[in-house]
Order: sequence, then C-alpha cells, then structure tokens
Amino acid sequence: MSTAETTSADITRAEYCVTACADIFTGAGEIMASPMATTPLIGARLARLTTEPDLLITDGEALILADTPAVGKSGPVEGWMPFRRVFDVVASGRRHVVMGANQIDRYGNQNLSAFGPLQQPTRQMFGVRGAPGNTINHPTSYWVGNHTARVFPTQVDIVSGVGFDKVDERNPAFDDLNIHRVVTNLGVFDFSGPGHTMRALSLHPGVTAEQVAENTGFPVADLESAPETAAPTAEQLQIIREVLDPKSLRDREVRS
Amino acid sequence: MATKTDKTSSLDDVVAELRDGMTIGIGGWGTRRKPMALVRAIARSNVKDLTVVAYGGADIGLLCAAGKVKRAYYGFVSLDAAPFYDPWFAKARTSGAIEAREMDEGMVKCGLEAAAARLPFLPIRAGLGSAVLDFWEGELKTVESPYADADGRTQTLIAMPALKLDAAFVHLDIADAHGNAAYTGVDPYFDDLFLAAADRRYLEADQVVSTEELVNSVARERLLINRMNVDRVVHTPNGAHFTFAGGYGRDGAFMKHYAASAADDASWSAFRTRFLDVDEATYQTEVSKWQAEQEEAK
Repeated sequence: MSTAETTSADITRAEYCVTACADIFTGAGEIMASPMATTPLIGARLARLTTEPDLLITDGEALILADTPAVGKSGPVEGWMPFRRVFDVVASGRRHVVMGANQIDRYGNQNLSAFGPLQQPTRQMFGVRGAPGNTINHPTSYWVGNHTARVFPTQVDIVSGVGFDKVDERNPAFDDLNIHRVVTNLGVFDFSGPGHTMRALSLHPGVTAEQVAENTGFPVADLESAPETAAPTAEQLQIIREVLDPKSLRDREVRS
Repeated sequence: MATKTDKTSSLDDVVAELRDGMTIGIGGWGTRRKPMALVRAIARSNVKDLTVVAYGGADIGLLCAAGKVKRAYYGFVSLDAAPFYDPWFAKARTSGAIEAREMDEGMVKCGLEAAAARLPFLPIRAGLGSAVLDFWEGELKTVESPYADADGRTQTLIAMPALKLDAAFVHLDIADAHGNAAYTGVDPYFDDLFLAAADRRYLEADQVVSTEELVNSVARERLLINRMNVDRVVHTPNGAHFTFAGGYGRDGAFMKHYAASAADDASWSAFRTRFLDVDEATYQTEVSKWQAEQEEAK
C-alpha cells in the first residue's frame, strides 16, 4: 500500500487517537515519556520519530531504548532505569506520563484504585499506584479508549491522580501539578475550561458534540465550538502503519 | 579458628521465629522475584494478624487467602499480567477483612529509606491532594519546611513515616551462607531497603554457593545484599515461582490457574490441598506434575 494514495476517508479512529497521543508530547524536550497503554505508547514513539527526537523511552521494564522500535519489540539500549530510579525521575519532574483511568472528573481527578468506600470497596482494582506522585510532580495525561459517562462521572470514588480543584495555591508543593491532556476515542481535551475544568480541544471526525455530552457526566467547556481533530500527515500514517504498529494493535484499544 | 556465622536455615527455622501481630515486609515487585517459598511457609504457619508492607502481588494474595493479613501497607497490588487484579486481595478488600494503608508507590520507597536511616519520617511531595491521606485515617501527617521558597511561600509536604519492619523477606538469585547475595535479572527492586528497614532479615535464594563463587559469578554492582543485613539464608530452588526471578520467567499459566481457582470454594479447596497445604518440596514436585499435565492436555 502506498501511503501517498491514502485519502482522509481511509484514516481510522485509532490513527486519530495515536496522533493525538503523539501531540501530547509536542514541545516536551528531553524528558522521559511514560505511556501506560498501547495507543499512547505508539503515540510517544511516533512523536520521537517525528518532532521530539530527544524523548527518553523505556521497554516498560528497566531499560532505556536507544532506538524507537515497533510496539511489542525491543532494540538497542542506551541506559538503565530500574523501578527505584523511576521514582527519582518522578521527583525530578523530568517526565510526562500517560495513564489510564477508571474514572476522571471535570477537574482532572482520576481513579484507578477501587470503586466504593476506601476501606470496603465494591470493586478492587490496582490501588493508587504511582498516580499521586505522578500528578503532583510532573505533566500527566490520560488515555481513555472508551469514553463513557461511567469513566467521566461528576465525582471519582477514590482520588488517585490529583485534579486541579485540590491545588492549594499557598503551598508551592502543588506548583507542578499539570494535567495536560485527555485523549479519548471521541476527542482531545484539556483542563483550560472555567476554573480548570475539562474543555474540548477537538473532536475526532464523525464524532458529534451531542455524542460527547451524552457520554460525559458533567458539562464539557467549548464542546459546541470544538474543531475536528487534525488528520495525521502522510509521514505519520506511514510510520504508524509500517514502522510502529504493522499488526494494528491500536485498533483493539479504541472503541469506535 | 573463628569463622563467620553460617546462616543457612530451613523454612521451618524461619517460621519458628514468626510471632502474631508482626509487621513484615516482602521484597520483589508485583509478580517479580517475590520470596514465594517464604510466603508459602508463612501461609502454612499458625501465625496471624500480620501487618504486611509490600509492592504487592500474589504474595499478599496468598496471605489474604490464608487469613493472615490484618493490615496492609502497599503502593499497589498487581499480578503484572492477565488477570492483573489479585482475586484474594480483592476479596479481602471487598469484604472489609483488612485495613488498607494504601499509598503512592514512591511513598513505599521513602518510608523504607526513612526506616533504614533510623529517621522518624522523610518529606515527600507524593500523596498531597490525593485520597492517600484518607486511607491512612489520621496516621499520615504533613510537615512544613523551615525554609521558605524564593517567593516567600513555604512548602508543606507529606511527612512519610518510617516503615519499620519486625521482619523482612526477600528472594535473591544467588547467595552465600553468610547472607551476601546478588540479583542476576534487570532490576534489584527494593530488596536491600526492605532488609535495611527490618529487625529480622530473611533471605531465600535459588542458589547458595561459596562466597568466592558468588563474587566471581556476577558483576560487583549486582552484589545488592551484604551480610550485615541478613539473619537467615534459606536455599529455595525455584523459590520465587510462580513469579519470575533472574534464572526463570513468570509461570503465567500457573498464575492464571491460581487466579481462576479463587473463583469458588471447590476449586480453591483443590488448589489449596495440592499446592498450599504441602511442604515446599511437594509444592515444587506438584508444580512440575501440573506443568506436565498442561503439556499433555495440549
């Protein structure tokens, strides 16, 4: 298949999601990109192969990759990053993580711990993991492959990732809180709405404002005026399809 | 001539030193190089009301299944691969059987470092603004810096208390009889910190060799543990099973069998009878048989 002949109609929802995830890292510079799912992983590697060559990426275990291999592949190494050194990087602020979320509210509070009361939940997930430390220390974005009102409720059950309404302006320890983006199967969002609330930056082609409103448990700022998500460039499509994800693993994560 | 202490011990020697209500730390991470032979021995013992500190995986799960856990301090509990959530930890939580002192992953490291340095706390940013403070029900406090920032404001941080352990349990790939030990995989995890934070320190190892053989078999930087921080050394070939260690991978099929067996009383009873109510040697034999059965069934 020649990508030069690709028309916009051929571009899949997952490919819009991947390029939106790549755009999370625009301007990030020489920091560690830590994507925690397939779509943002392809996105981070796409950014590294295009506009952000100085990003550090790892194999998800303990090795820093010198090259930018396909999803699921490893390759030459440029350094060592065992778990305890990841916490040093977190504290340094030189990192941008893209986490998943069981719940996200309109201020960017996130839950991946459990549903229900703290000491007797109705459903147990992972616990808070690194979410409190990530969100308080360095840029954090979220990836949601199935945008529903259950994932975006008015309130999260357990605050794992810290949202903007928790910031104490008098305490400089909160100064680095930066929930940068939320990329979903429906669109791209940030928290620049009134009072640091969730705002629509763009909706993927074919997605309507009504569809987003129906699937979000709170009002989304600028939803009616949000433009269409920019189409991937021919270069981006070639890299996604031929270099990074030839088996199209991206499609498994994206509800369309 | 005086000689260094030979710390070689059996699992029974270790179990004999356990006490009800102990706070124990378990090394490894999720389902990575967990001291599973020691965990199985603790699960079989009569000890109860344990407080467990860990980067949790099936270790916490098995101790919950055996009803040993009263309180748990953890950054997460994960099987690291499908089905990801440990079923016995989930049951203990949803039934309210354990008190959770959930925290950020970085706070576990911080608390162990405080204990290792004999400090009452260390300041950390992680935890601020999150539900961690609620989980700790007043046990977790903040501390204000005596030094103002350049703009005149003052940082208030989490005062992570020392995670002081009565006992720590870790699995290393290769050790000597005195408690020197090395990891051969890609990550040391936090095992040296767990030992340094504990009063009694228990090391299990796949291989126990002479000191000379140990130091000649690995690069110097891999000698993570020295004998100051070890009280007993237990030789446990394949002891980290079904988690992975330097010399072998995670047994994903057996882990799925463990998780699926938690679904109902009958299947758990069968799992328990075959793999848990038995000594370590029988466990290893039965695991080998089970693996052969799976091969035949293919």
